[in-house]
Amino acid sequence: MALYNSRFNPRLARRKTVGGIFYGVFLAAVMVGIIGLAVLLAQTLIEGLPWLDFGFLTSYMSRHPELAGVKAAVMGTLITIAFTAIFTVPIGVGAAIYLEEYAPKNRLTQIIEVNISNLAGVPSVVYGLLGLGVFVQLMSLGKVVLAGALTLTLLVLPIVILASREAIRAVPNEYRLGAFALGADQWQVIKGTVLPSALPGILTGTILALSRAVGEAAPLLVISGLVYVTFVPGPLDRFTVLPLQIFTWVGRPQEEFRSLAAAGIIVLLIILLSMNAVAVLLRNKYQTRSED
Amino acid sequence: MTEQTAPIFRVNELSLFYDEFKALKEINMEIRRYSITALIGPSGCGKSSLLRCFNRMNELIPSARIDGQILFEGTDLYDDDVDATEIRSRIGMVFQRPNPFPKSIYDNVAFGLKVNGYMGDMDEAVERSLRQAALWEEVKDRLRASALELSGGQQQRLCIARALAVEPEVILMDEPASALDPIATLAIEELVRELSQHYTIVIVTHNMQQAARVSDETAFLMVGDDRAGYLVEHGDTNQIFTTPKHERTEAYITGRFS
Repeated sequence: MALYNSRFNPRLARRKTVGGIFYGVFLAAVMVGIIGLAVLLAQTLIEGLPWLDFGFLTSYMSRHPELAGVKAAVMGTLITIAFTAIFTVPIGVGAAIYLEEYAPKNRLTQIIEVNISNLAGVPSVVYGLLGLGVFVQLMSLGKVVLAGALTLTLLVLPIVILASREAIRAVPNEYRLGAFALGADQWQVIKGTVLPSALPGILTGTILALSRAVGEAAPLLVISGLVYVTFVPGPLDRFTVLPLQIFTWVGRPQEEFRSLAAAGIIVLLIILLSMNAVAVLLRNKYQTRSED
Repeated sequence: MTEQTAPIFRVNELSLFYDEFKALKEINMEIRRYSITALIGPSGCGKSSLLRCFNRMNELIPSARIDGQILFEGTDLYDDDVDATEIRSRIGMVFQRPNPFPKSIYDNVAFGLKVNGYMGDMDEAVERSLRQAALWEEVKDRLRASALELSGGQQQRLCIARALAVEPEVILMDEPASALDPIATLAIEELVRELSQHYTIVIVTHNMQQAARVSDETAFLMVGDDRAGYLVEHGDTNQIFTTPKHERTEAYITGRFS
């Protein structure tokens, strides 16, 4: 204690108390999220698991809860997302390549960049209304899978572009210089050095963006509405997706449909978690490789 | 003058600007064929910038602009109908830090061959380049291994092999040994000497002993009061290091400033 002279008042006990209180507050903040999620998950599992069987996955919708299934919704989700991916990847990666590798660094580019970032924050229902106006009505596609996929493409494009740009920017400039110095032209540099290095990052970002689209109900509710689908949809068919199916069931008065909704949520969660797992695997593979 | 004795590069009144900033001021010099020319000088004197002018790598910096001309085999490198891509396959470059691509050893050497549409036997060309870069014996059993597994010195020799594969006439080297340990440095220097029998080499170095050991000719650059680099003196390395014409050159090589 001789260390402290009279010009200091360390108040060690008080500091310890204050430190302890903040530790508790922050821990509680984490716990709210975790416990909330755990309760939700537990409730869903308890309610939905008894209904989740092979028949549930392979049956179409029905007015009788014990006969109803999610086949149309699962297939609708997978097909819509597949088309979304087909549209999103070339456009999103192409835009990112242009912005990072070709675009001159001027005002116009800056404005475009800022707007893409802003678009990533636009509420999804707005994209739904845009899709309804442009794809369903103006292009007369109708309320079909293709219109839904195009709408989701608009929704996830800004995120895919941002993620792809991050990945492309992370490629060391030395690779580009090395390739240029060998007489490669711009496209050969991109194809030979930039894209191979950026690909894992691009894929990870794209999958995470698509998994966001899988969980979206609002824009597709605007596009497709609540329809009774009892077939696997093709690109030009009416369709439903899992979030919409869940939404429909939750709105039914019968208790059994509420449980069906819970079972549907479990299926949706499994799809989402598998997509995220693929993204994490890709990222890990990339990290171990760059540490070599 | 015969073809053999004519200079391969002739630099006329070359100035280099980054936006408004003048980095190099009215450089005039010639680079002799099949010789090693060392560019030396204090940090910021523009020796690396000058080097990048020789294969138009400076054009990758959007703000860079040049005045004057560089004649390569008699044609102006910066002429409108000269293609920078073609120039860079004829004038190769090795960078300060080894920068192999994150690909296999084989693919690193094959990259330049592929982008330039090499029609011969790829395996044979890869082996020849690796042999020329004195790396073949160390890597012949693991050509498919990642280039990033090699040591720093090996990586730099791989980068030299990669440049050689394209069959350039000139190799520009930007402090190629500055990131390497003394033993790897000696290996690179020995290699540079050997390559000069078939290639013209321009090498930037901040290491005076290295310039003295390796080069045939030395060009000494300085920073002027206006912060622009200029050529003080260019001549036989022996002459520069024993009887420099300029006081500043002598002061620099004797280590009185750096």
